Amino acid sequence: MNAVNTGSTSYKLGARSWVSVSFIALALICLIPADFEIYPSDPWLEFTRFFSGVANPSINNISFAFRLLVNTTSFALLGVSLSCVIGFFLSLHFHRRLVRAVCAFVRAVHEIFWALILLQIFGLSVITGVLAIAIPYSGVFAKVYSEIMEESGYRRRDQLFFHVDSVSKFLYSKVPDVWMHFRSYTRYRFECGLRSSAILGFIGLPTLGFTLESAFSQGNYSEVWALLLIFYLLISTLGLWMRKALLPMYLITAIVLLPEIKPVSFDNIARFFSHDIVPYPLRGAVELNASVFADLRNWFWSIFTEQALPGIWDTLVLTQISLVATALLALFLFPLVSKKFFKRPARSFWEILLVVLRSTPEYMLAYMLLQLWGPSMLPAVVAIAVHNGAIIGHLLGRHSGSLAFRADSSVSRVNRYLFEVVPRVYGQFLAFLFYRWEIIFRETAILGILGISTLGFYIDSAIQELRMDRAILLIIITALINIGIDVISRRLRSNLHLNLTPNV
Amino acid sequence: MATLFTFKEESAAYGDKTVLSNFSFSIETGEKVALIGKSGSGKSTLLSLMQKQQTAGCALIPQDLGLVASLSSFHNTFMGKLDQHSRTYNFVNLVYPLSEEKRLVTELHRSLNLNDKLFVPVGELSGGEQQRVAIARALYAQRDILLGDEPVSSLDEHQSCDILNTIVTTHNTVVLALHDVDHALDYADRVIGLSNGSIALDSPACDLNRVDLIGLYQND
Repeated sequence: MNAVNTGSTSYKLGARSWVSVSFIALALICLIPADFEIYPSDPWLEFTRFFSGVANPSINNISFAFRLLVNTTSFALLGVSLSCVIGFFLSLHFHRRLVRAVCAFVRAVHEIFWALILLQIFGLSVITGVLAIAIPYSGVFAKVYSEIMEESGYRRRDQLFFHVDSVSKFLYSKVPDVWMHFRSYTRYRFECGLRSSAILGFIGLPTLGFTLESAFSQGNYSEVWALLLIFYLLISTLGLWMRKALLPMYLITAIVLLPEIKPVSFDNIARFFSHDIVPYPLRGAVELNASVFADLRNWFWSIFTEQALPGIWDTLVLTQISLVATALLALFLFPLVSKKFFKRPARSFWEILLVVLRSTPEYMLAYMLLQLWGPSMLPAVVAIAVHNGAIIGHLLGRHSGSLAFRADSSVSRVNRYLFEVVPRVYGQFLAFLFYRWEIIFRETAILGILGISTLGFYIDSAIQELRMDRAILLIIITALINIGIDVISRRLRSNLHLNLTPNV
Repeated sequence: MATLFTFKEESAAYGDKTVLSNFSFSIETGEKVALIGKSGSGKSTLLSLMQKQQTAGCALIPQDLGLVASLSSFHNTFMGKLDQHSRTYNFVNLVYPLSEEKRLVTELHRSLNLNDKLFVPVGELSGGEQQRVAIARALYAQRDILLGDEPVSSLDEHQSCDILNTIVTTHNTVVLALHDVDHALDYADRVIGLSNGSIALDSPACDLNRVDLIGLYQND
């Protein structure tokens, strides 16, 4: 990998530079087929109208909005709590190949896709909302918890405990080491859960996204801003109200305050599994003969060539452009929030902006930009780049703040940025970026629901036509590609020796 | 002769701990000074105070080298001159090294016995090679004053002598923290000895011998 290491007197690019240049080149090629048109004749008029709404935020139906706010928080609380318990037990068995595979699959499917599937089974019910968060998050928790335990060095001390039962051993040797990491990761995931819960409203569940969408489609920007500000307030005050001691009370309140659970229709569930998701040619087939197989092949082939392939192509094109746009934006943003470059008053402005940008779910951003610019790839790229760029920019800004320069290093900010800071944080930057690669792919696929021709578009259409067999096939294909990207990303990270801790 | 560094009844602290109290001395242009004393006696602290008095004119060789591990030895050396070029020039040279800079750096590296390592990331070099890159960066800056903190600690005797000789002949004023008393006597014309939180000795090198200096390391 390190062609540059053999005694070299001629200039060669290092492996990291090669990877970076290739990714940028690929993104530039992807720009050729990409559609970046702005459709409305005067998008900026709508844009200024939108931003003028921030001056007088107001809500028409306050009790309804409050109800949705309570639901958003309850879904997130219950979904995340459930998944962290399930994820924890799965993490204890994460060395089993089957557990790893199941976890990889459930987290490769976006929570909105889970919600769309669950809607068919449970309808617009609390169960749909909670499970849509709990299922993919369980897979994430299982993976992250097992990684945390792996890194805690538990195994090395295992031999100190002779004749101790496994529960005590676990409580005394492992828990103290990993408790803090578990807690901070679970808290972070709860913040993600709030975002996921809010966007579930866009597909009809009773959370903030529901009223946000209707306010937006009516051009009622005062209400949009009021809802957004409530959402930012909820997330930014998380540290104040999310206390361990209050958690049981919150959970009980969440259950009490949830909308009434509709009775589960077992006929519905049975029909879903025995009929809806069974590939069309197999339904009602008495025996599996050659003609059924031929039909099945045709069924698969026509979905694959007419829907999956164009969907995959557009999703990958958009992912590539968004990934590189995220990278460039993060490199631009991080010095603005780093104490190595700017002092307090100037830095605070950017810090607040970055908090707002990373608190806004990309789906919500994309929805808003689509309303303003029309259904091209542009709103999707901007939404993904802005959200993810703000996350990576924030992390890099914080890490770069701890770097030490030589007393005689250049006083110019540009020189410091290019020679002292970027080379030192570049490995970490690539690690963060590749870590978010699969997340960006998943988001890109989802944005199809908004009308961009990625995989989500075909999945959403299939569901609307009540062709669940087709929808499930497309979701499985999406998940497999997502797992593929995760594998490539992990290879790249290990080959380039990238890790998330600072390398100086 | 102009005075470059002056200390008048000052105290110096490393973190919360006072390492030197109530000391006074000054250094004039053209002097070659060696600072000696046990580790922890305040040599590094003193050097960083001097650096603050002459920010613009000093080239530094710090003890921790301060190199950027992921950049090549070429780029780390070139960094000595960043403030002497435009941003555009620096940017181009970062992305695609210019032939003139390559020539100059290669020449300098050759004089420091750093052959064939021009585009190797500094993190992959040996300790001695890294120290020579840090020295190259200081020399490349072509300043009048050089402040070095144990600049040859990882090098063999032969290389050390060559490099100390280069340092004192190419800089007008030199202040070096050294632990090797022979180096101090051979290459400095003034020796300042630190001991027990104060300046125990400050004399022209020609008036001193090994025994005077070794004494600094023995008493407590």
